[in-house]
Amino acid sequence: MAYYGFDKNRVFMVDFLTDFAFILFNTLRDVLPIILLIIFFQLVVLKQPIPHLKKMILGGIYVILGLALFLMGLEKALFPVGKIMATQLSDPAFIGLVEGEPLNWQSYYWIYIFAALIGFATTIAEPSLIAVALKVTEVSAGTISQKGLRITVALGVAFALALGTFRIVTGTSLFIYILAGYIIVIIQTIFAPKKIIAIAYDSGGVTTSTVTVPLVAALGIGLSSAVPGRNPAIDGFGLIAFASLFPIIAVLGYAQFMSLKIQLLKLKTEKDEI
Amino acid sequence: MRYKSYISGILRKLWAAVKDLIPIIVVVVFFQSVVIRQPFPQIGEVIFGILFVIVGLMLFVEGLEIGLFPVGETMAYALAKKGSLLWLMIFSFLLGFSTTIAEPALIAVAKEASIISSGAGLIENNQKTMDIYAMGLRLSVAFSVGLAIVIGVLRILKGWPLYYLIIGGYILVMLMTTIAPNEIIGLAYDAGGVTTSTITVPLVTALGVGLATVIKGRSPLLDGFGLIAFASLLPIIFVMAYGLLWF
Repeated sequence: MAYYGFDKNRVFMVDFLTDFAFILFNTLRDVLPIILLIIFFQLVVLKQPIPHLKKMILGGIYVILGLALFLMGLEKALFPVGKIMATQLSDPAFIGLVEGEPLNWQSYYWIYIFAALIGFATTIAEPSLIAVALKVTEVSAGTISQKGLRITVALGVAFALALGTFRIVTGTSLFIYILAGYIIVIIQTIFAPKKIIAIAYDSGGVTTSTVTVPLVAALGIGLSSAVPGRNPAIDGFGLIAFASLFPIIAVLGYAQFMSLKIQLLKLKTEKDEI
Repeated sequence: MRYKSYISGILRKLWAAVKDLIPIIVVVVFFQSVVIRQPFPQIGEVIFGILFVIVGLMLFVEGLEIGLFPVGETMAYALAKKGSLLWLMIFSFLLGFSTTIAEPALIAVAKEASIISSGAGLIENNQKTMDIYAMGLRLSVAFSVGLAIVIGVLRILKGWPLYYLIIGGYILVMLMTTIAPNEIIGLAYDAGGVTTSTITVPLVTALGVGLATVIKGRSPLLDGFGLIAFASLLPIIFVMAYGLLWF
């Protein structure tokens, strides 16, 4: 028995190491074009040594190693559980759907709650968003907080995924939602403080990368194949589009809310002075 | 004394990574124990995986500060100092194109799209046509991201207001949606979200902010951001155009 246990552990470790080597190789392959591009420009176009080269190489190694570890851990810990949950929660047996009865969108409430919570949670851990938020805080000299931006974006994604799963269940047209979203963004852009606009637009694109895309894709395909009358090829899409659109609305909305609050405070203090 | 501060620094960074992951852990544990009420599958692997994620996230954030951000900024300064618009444009295009063409999420989406399109009878149902279709899709998305970075960098140089360009893009997307084939619309909207990878985002952001910092009359806060926004919008337009060309 003891021998068996040892052997099992050993196989477990070997599995882990081969998986890790594979993911590390893939990450390196993704980074290779960037490295080649920068080397080419340094040697051929700019023709000058890179300052702090050693430090940058160390940083590059940290990024590649960190990303590989991160992806590896996600594949072991989060993706299997997340995918199982997405399918289990949309299972007709779990929902209590009776064959032949008309579809009721309210029966799927656990799916909407799950979509919102997992959207929020994965966005908080999204490395691209962390990167942009760090830069925003640095550039704005701390007036836009890293935490505030990330939470606002995550709330936007949470709402987006809840609405996106609702759309898949009801089978309404994706175009209508996107059109409405664009119109809201355009109106908000007119009234929002100028300094937030570029950051808000950017925050739409960074929400959906390493962590969110695989889970969201599983949710969309799982749900659209489980709901009667939906086709995963047509209805499964759209969650990523929602998750790229609603954070823009959330960030613009939050900025508007804050500037309104400041204006109201100003009015109030002026009144008090009189 | 030096070691002590070194260790406390690492612990602080580890704790920041743990805090970022708490929401995921809470959500998964809640649904597993309260809603689905089933034992955790492979609890050992899950715990091991979470430790990997924490250490990985900490290393990544550390590497951002000392590696990726400085690289993006240094390139921005060096290219601005060189003063050659052409080389800056070439660099911007290649940065967008080369990081997108090999993007795993895009390869997966393109393959999926070729299966859907042949299933719907839009393209011939044989492997060769499907491969050509998928490759064409990847090329047009990668080209659109390259072009997006070029437009974004030009905007920073010239000081064009971002919202005119983005709103113009939105209107174009809406107009194209009315004539594009139905099968490609969902795919096109999603294509915008999958193009910007975790390594491209910090580099591109640092490039934009770096340029806006060195160029006179530009504010890093107002003009430095926005490159990612173009890189998410242009692929939507190009994927729909690609669909229109094929069908």
